[in-house]
Amino acid sequence: MTTVPSPTEVDPAGAPSPEGGSRRARAVDDGDAAGLGRWRATGFVAPALLVVAVFLVFPAIWTLYLGLTNWRLTGLAAAEPEFVGTENYTDALSDPAFRNSLMLTLVFVFFSAIIGQSILGFALAWTARRLRPAVRSVLETVVLLAWIIPASVVAFLWLALLDRREGTLNALLGTDGTAWLLEYPMQSIIVFNIWNGTAFSMLLFSSALASVPPSQFETAKMAGAGTFATLRDVVLPNIRGHILTNTLLITLWTFNVFAPYLITAGGPQGRTEILGIYIYRVALRDGALGQGAALSLIMIIINLIVASVYLRLLRERRA
Amino acid sequence: MTVRESLGAVGRYVFVGFVFVFFALPLLWLLTAPFDAAPSVQVSLPDFTLQNFRTLWDNPYAMRSLGNSVIIAAGTMAITLVLAALASYALSRVRIPGRDTLLYLLLLLSSIVTGTAAMVPTFLLMTELGLIDRQLGVVLVLTGGLLPTAIFILKDFMDSTPRSYEESARVFGASSLQILRHVVIPIARPGLATIAVWAVVQVWGNFLVPFILLRSPDRQPAAVVMFTFYTEGGQPNLALISTFSLLFSIPVVLMYLFVNRRYGFRFHGGIKR
Repeated sequence: MTTVPSPTEVDPAGAPSPEGGSRRARAVDDGDAAGLGRWRATGFVAPALLVVAVFLVFPAIWTLYLGLTNWRLTGLAAAEPEFVGTENYTDALSDPAFRNSLMLTLVFVFFSAIIGQSILGFALAWTARRLRPAVRSVLETVVLLAWIIPASVVAFLWLALLDRREGTLNALLGTDGTAWLLEYPMQSIIVFNIWNGTAFSMLLFSSALASVPPSQFETAKMAGAGTFATLRDVVLPNIRGHILTNTLLITLWTFNVFAPYLITAGGPQGRTEILGIYIYRVALRDGALGQGAALSLIMIIINLIVASVYLRLLRERRA
Repeated sequence: MTVRESLGAVGRYVFVGFVFVFFALPLLWLLTAPFDAAPSVQVSLPDFTLQNFRTLWDNPYAMRSLGNSVIIAAGTMAITLVLAALASYALSRVRIPGRDTLLYLLLLLSSIVTGTAAMVPTFLLMTELGLIDRQLGVVLVLTGGLLPTAIFILKDFMDSTPRSYEESARVFGASSLQILRHVVIPIARPGLATIAVWAVVQVWGNFLVPFILLRSPDRQPAAVVMFTFYTEGGQPNLALISTFSLLFSIPVVLMYLFVNRRYGFRFHGGIKR
């Protein structure tokens, strides 16, 4: 349910694309041509707001209260949950499993999104510019397929790829019997997530690179600048906004990813138990709903910090 | 071509080759296994057969779960589309106090109250409302998550449609709902189609929400049911899983291609997520 609009639609910080520049100069007149009137307009908006209020806003606010109770899925505390104050929070902070999960999440987000997806995505966008169109479109298609095929399917594809006895990877590498998901669980889900999500960075950086004025590349070429110098002096200054946008969005998304559950289910021994999976185990499998609500709130607050930075950029851009 | 340039070209194609193999390798199985008479988890040239599709067709859970996916996706798409069209139209045409703040606040909320982060309060809310194990519950939760972005994007479309038609329609005595139906919606059709496809793609692949809210296998969508296909021996039923995966993936891939071709603008980024 991650639903931030993509920067290719509402380009917050990047340089204006050729056709994008005029779009932003939109006619803002609120002359009410349709003669809706304020009341009828409110009536049009109300149903949507109601659904959002009940199913999106209320759960978020309710978490504040739930996290202060000992609500459980079954048993006595399920019927009459008691108020326990900040116990859930102090418990969480002193629980090694929680700190472990937070640490794993940081590692996961840092290596799979900030390092992996960003760099591979940029490298692909950069390389693709100079490929023949047919090669380029084949390459972009496989990267995109990894992104748009449903999570349940790609998870199974990776289970098949990494299978211990008959997996394609072991057959190719001649590493028969290597149990990748047991021996290198974190590395496996990091590589999986890079594979799964790089398409977004690739698309974003493709449009970013397309917005760099060609004359600047020409100038760099005439000045005899190498690839590195061109990247540093021409590309980087032009796409700084895109880099920031990309980093914030993929951080937010990767932080909220649940797909690794379908591959490792958090195991072995909690070694891939990133925050979403940890919450699922504590709250819905072990039944400690109050505890889980406290964890949910912590997660929502971290999301809030990342998202508000992003939306501030978005707003500055459109204002 | 200088030596340096040709080295660069070689390096480029080596890199492209590696990346291509990395992305294509896991996908290959989806192309070979469904047509293999004895599918294993390994990619191999299939001993060609279509028998696996017969197995899939004869499995009541598999076909029903695909039906459930259609119901949930279509339901969410319909509600999102209608509510977002109404709201975005009104927000585009009338200056309601605090409109811009409201839009950004909604957008912010939808990006932080994700399925993963809010799974506990969502689960409890649905329990209290008696919507656990009901597809309606899944549809409502998903709609709540999609609406802010849908309104945000649609408002942009509505802003860019000319108002003069509405004025003329009004002169001829059309009511505002009539104007919406006969004037605005036809003009905003590309935007509406975009949102419709986007909503379906979002919901089609969603695993977590139906996974925590639905209990009965006969109500679960394909994304959840897939992981219950085991043979009597406790092994994953590969003939079933492979054909099912293929059938389950094709609609989103087709929709993606459709949107890409039909509305060639740089829409890629928004279709997923």
